[in-house]
Amino acid sequence: MKKAQPDTLDALRPGETGTILALHASVELYRRLAALGLRVGKRVRILRRGRFAGPLHIRVGTTDLMLRTSDACCIQVQRSHT
Amino acid sequence: MKRIALIGMPNTGKSTLFNRLTGAHAKVGNWPGLTVELLSARILVGSDMVQLVDLPGIYDLRARSGDEAVVTTFLAKNEVDLALVVLNASQAERQITLLGQIARRDLRVILVLNMADEAAALGISIDREALSSDLGVPACLISAKYGQGVEQLHALMTTALRSKDAAAAPAAGNEAGPGARLDELSLEAAIKRSVIIPAHASHAATEKIDRVLLHPWLGLPIFFTLMFLLFQAVFFVGKPIQDVMAWALAAFRSAVLNPAFAGLPAVVSGLLLDGIYNGLGTVASFVPLIILFFLCMAVVEDTGYLSRAAFLMDALMSRFGLDGRSFVMILMGFGCNVPALMGTRVMRSRGLRLLTMLVIPLSLCSARLQVFLFFIAALFPADIAPVVLFSLYLISIATAVLTSQLFKRRFVNDDPFVLEIPPYRFPTTQQMLLRGWQEVGHFLRRATRFIVAGVVLVWLLTNFPAGAAPGSVDTWAGQIGSLLNPVLSPLGIDPKLTIALIFGFVAKEVVIGALAVIYAREGGALMTTIASQIDWVQAYSFMLFTLIYTPCLSTIATIRNEARSRAFTALAVAWPLALAWVVSFVFYQSARLYWA
Repeated sequence: MKKAQPDTLDALRPGETGTILALHASVELYRRLAALGLRVGKRVRILRRGRFAGPLHIRVGTTDLMLRTSDACCIQVQRSHT
Repeated sequence: MKRIALIGMPNTGKSTLFNRLTGAHAKVGNWPGLTVELLSARILVGSDMVQLVDLPGIYDLRARSGDEAVVTTFLAKNEVDLALVVLNASQAERQITLLGQIARRDLRVILVLNMADEAAALGISIDREALSSDLGVPACLISAKYGQGVEQLHALMTTALRSKDAAAAPAAGNEAGPGARLDELSLEAAIKRSVIIPAHASHAATEKIDRVLLHPWLGLPIFFTLMFLLFQAVFFVGKPIQDVMAWALAAFRSAVLNPAFAGLPAVVSGLLLDGIYNGLGTVASFVPLIILFFLCMAVVEDTGYLSRAAFLMDALMSRFGLDGRSFVMILMGFGCNVPALMGTRVMRSRGLRLLTMLVIPLSLCSARLQVFLFFIAALFPADIAPVVLFSLYLISIATAVLTSQLFKRRFVNDDPFVLEIPPYRFPTTQQMLLRGWQEVGHFLRRATRFIVAGVVLVWLLTNFPAGAAPGSVDTWAGQIGSLLNPVLSPLGIDPKLTIALIFGFVAKEVVIGALAVIYAREGGALMTTIASQIDWVQAYSFMLFTLIYTPCLSTIATIRNEARSRAFTALAVAWPLALAWVVSFVFYQSARLYWA
């Protein structure tokens, strides 16, 4: 395992995985993200990105989600290298 | 009567469970403090009749907006004896927080882990008893879709309601009370102990299908092709049924009703046969087609494909100030605008919500579809009929795009876009039949409310004052038509069609019934008569106007309720009316230049 720099979720490419370090969101959005499973310490995998700067298709635990890149950039992750 | 509420996050199968527990006997009703209607039904639990209420899906009880507000207001204003907290068993780890929030409100709860079938397919093992004793809350593992575990849920509900009778205060069951053990950390720990998830649990079939349906280049073309094929299939199956219905209704009139009513005074038999029977009959012949359309949309919705549509369309919609959810609501609006408008509650940004609500009424709903099917059948050859109809769908979308483009700076969207993509699920035959049945009931309730009153009123207006020739310019209707003639004749809309448009303001379901009364003909004869009086350019102009102007009074009432603003409601009426006039005017005048 190599040493990796923290990144925001929207910087990850399809197939890559990251561990959530922090969520820089308003209280409302923070709660919504938490309810959907996006919490500190959870691992997120990018499944695909939508065309024309479309949303990200991600998986956290057993839940698949879509979120816009503009919202994904508030999620700080530690990229996993395999 | 005691009351049980169903609470859970979206996509946990609450409505399926509600249907499983109640059968098809749900009724829609108003609740104190709420402007929205909720489904409820009486069911037998043990030996007691109790009322079961289905609450909208929510993520967090502390949130203030939309559906969350509905649930908190409901819990504040209505006594709830027992809450069934419904979780998707595969996602219990993230959804369990809702249990803690609800238990903290001193509500007696049962934890319902639903979709046991999916959890088993993922290889997830769940120790229900350990979880229940860990949390101090009764729990059961069920599949609402296939019915397993529902008996156990019934037993738990019976016990819970009895123990409530025994206890003086709504105190918790065990020593310290459940509240103490239901903080976020203990909840998550309890789930970790009793729910074992394999390292690579994933829906293999869903991943394969998504690789095709969410393909970067093929995804959108596939989506539009599927939608087009759906319309074609509805047409292909529904049209013959409709023809048979129309033929049977006409035959019944000439063979049975005409002789039976022959002895009555002309005014009475006129009202009953030319008014009510012709009006209702013409509308009824279109019902099979509409039902079929509703059913197909419901199945598409249940499979989870609509959330893929939201994914595919989001990038495009964001340019118009909307998002992927708006697109799905517009699509739902093709069925009926009213539920689509209510569906915007999931949006938290008021700007996005209002913009979506301004756009939804431009969706070509099933009631308008009925008008178009009639006019297309009357004035266009059968081989180009589907193309004409599809052109109206495209114009419907074009007006929506134009509207959002024009108003996006006034109604700004600052809502984050984060949505669940559920695995593909295929509804069981039983679910589809039940869903179809509910759609039929919904449609008929809505339709009959307006149509009978509408056709009677049209008949009166087109047959009075006494002495005027029915349907002529001397009748009240004729006078109204003449009054509006200067405004509508530049669109090629004659006084008779004008009257139909006026009634269409109440509900589009009335338009065909009204025409049947105005022309005193039904079914095929009505089509022939109209085809002899107007040409296709006038018919298309009439259809454009019908497509764009106010869909119906229910839609306006819903907008008023949801937006809580008179100014916005006025805009939602005035803008489409103005747009309808301009579009029809431009079409009619330029078409007349070519086909004089």
